[in-house]
Amino acid sequence: MSDEEIERLAPELNNILGWVEQLGEVNTDGVEPLTAVIDQKLRLRDDVVNDGNIRDDVLANAPAAQHGFFAVPKVIE
Amino acid sequence: MTELTAKTIAELREGLRSREFTAREIAESYNGAVSAAKALNAYTVTTPDDALAAADAADSGRATGSLAGIPLGIKDLFATKGVDTTAGSNILKGFKPRYESTVTANLRKAGAGMLGKLNMDEFAMGSSNETSAYGPVISPWRRKGSNVGLTPGGSSGGSAAAVAAMIAPGATGTDTGGSIRQPAAFAGICGIKPTYGRCSRWGIVSFASSLDQAGPMARTVRDCAILLEAMAGFDPRDSTSLDLPVPQWEANLSSNLAGKRVGIPREYRIDGVPAEINALWDLGLEWLKDAGATPVEISLPHTQYALPTYYIIAPAEASSNLARYDGVRYGLRVEGVKTLDDMYAATRAQGFGAEVKRRIMIGTYVLSAGFYDAYFTKAQKVRALIKQDFATAFEQCDLILTPTAPSAAFGIGETTDPLAMYLNDVFAVPASLAGLPAMSVPGGLDGQGLPLGLHIIGNELDEQTVLNAGLAIEERAGFTARPEKWW
Repeated sequence: MSDEEIERLAPELNNILGWVEQLGEVNTDGVEPLTAVIDQKLRLRDDVVNDGNIRDDVLANAPAAQHGFFAVPKVIE
Repeated sequence: MTELTAKTIAELREGLRSREFTAREIAESYNGAVSAAKALNAYTVTTPDDALAAADAADSGRATGSLAGIPLGIKDLFATKGVDTTAGSNILKGFKPRYESTVTANLRKAGAGMLGKLNMDEFAMGSSNETSAYGPVISPWRRKGSNVGLTPGGSSGGSAAAVAAMIAPGATGTDTGGSIRQPAAFAGICGIKPTYGRCSRWGIVSFASSLDQAGPMARTVRDCAILLEAMAGFDPRDSTSLDLPVPQWEANLSSNLAGKRVGIPREYRIDGVPAEINALWDLGLEWLKDAGATPVEISLPHTQYALPTYYIIAPAEASSNLARYDGVRYGLRVEGVKTLDDMYAATRAQGFGAEVKRRIMIGTYVLSAGFYDAYFTKAQKVRALIKQDFATAFEQCDLILTPTAPSAAFGIGETTDPLAMYLNDVFAVPASLAGLPAMSVPGGLDGQGLPLGLHIIGNELDEQTVLNAGLAIEERAGFTARPEKWW
């Protein structure tokens, strides 16, 4: 972010964070945090390859792809 | 003959069955209407050939599903094979998925065609469509005697505007904290968010995964039932998809509410809501009583904490979900920087808009090691209390009636403070946090001639009661107003 953006964003973020702090008023002693909004068991799936052999599809939208890989700026000097 | 674009989906289906017109005629009418409505900025991409191909499949008898020959608008959040899917963001400009989302694949299986992709707030973060990288959608509605551009609401604003302007008979929307219901209310149409897990999230660009849910937007309650039946269903590729059969919502539609108890939550009477909206709320209750329902006053004591809870949980999940936009696998990459880290930073700085950056910053902050318990865990606890409030209320009632939004549509550029914008969803967010089905149905016009919506919240998995109450309101409200064509 540019300094200009930060200058504009900082008071907005302070405002929003100040506002969400009202949750401090709520007594949540002994309350379990919600983990699943609708009660259901997570399913296990069979341990088999159910996808694959779609390398070209996976790479099709990459801004840069070479030799069947994603290409990125050099990371090792 | 009424213009084809003025007909409901149920009427189009009937006319196709009786061979009053062909699917090709429907598609051509809509394609023409879409291309004549560019001033609304509702579509980001149009796909007239897709609509025509689906129409021909219906006319030749190759497609026979419940939506054979019906062309739809698709929110730009749904991955559509070979067609730009950008979530209204510059960071996904040019992204053409090689796969189709489950919901749109289900619609295609039912025989629907696609008119195009619909504009939306960037990554569905907004209540006015002003955060879209394509510029705001302009509502087809205007205040009486004014030509000030109004927002269609958001984030599914393109969907709402398109359905209201008769440039789509129905559309897909998604709702994280009101993004189907608030725009439906602003545009004078119907929209339902089903129980969390009814519609697969697979192939929908993620915003806040524990809240995101797809649903239909259309001109009538029946059309919503038709569309939702086609969109919903178990999908093993979404771990939170509900492994349940899809009910026959349309066949079971009934506006007889005898024996049903309507809860009126006292905490929803809040300051600053125009008297017209509270008056419509009272009228809505009279309509439901007339349909046989009994009113009950209920309490949802943690209502006032729903919005701040939402604005911790949703940004937290968003900051995690949006980490994937790194300039490597898809979408934008900013070139001309030296290192990989610089490339990430430059790409994200240029690709994301202001509201998305704001939410990523908040989300990252509330998930940071030192603040995680104080913000995120606390919010998840309050969310549990909000869900418990609803569970308690549904021991006393079968549905809950509230207004959809605290105001009618506002002007583009009129709301600049982020917090004031967030307050738009004050009535919509609690049901999202609890994963409950909820619907907006038009109730009437305000003094300026703008639509106002009524909001029905149902118990989990009970979309039927929500739709039935929606139908009872629809039959009594007699809402036939349509925006005057200026575009």
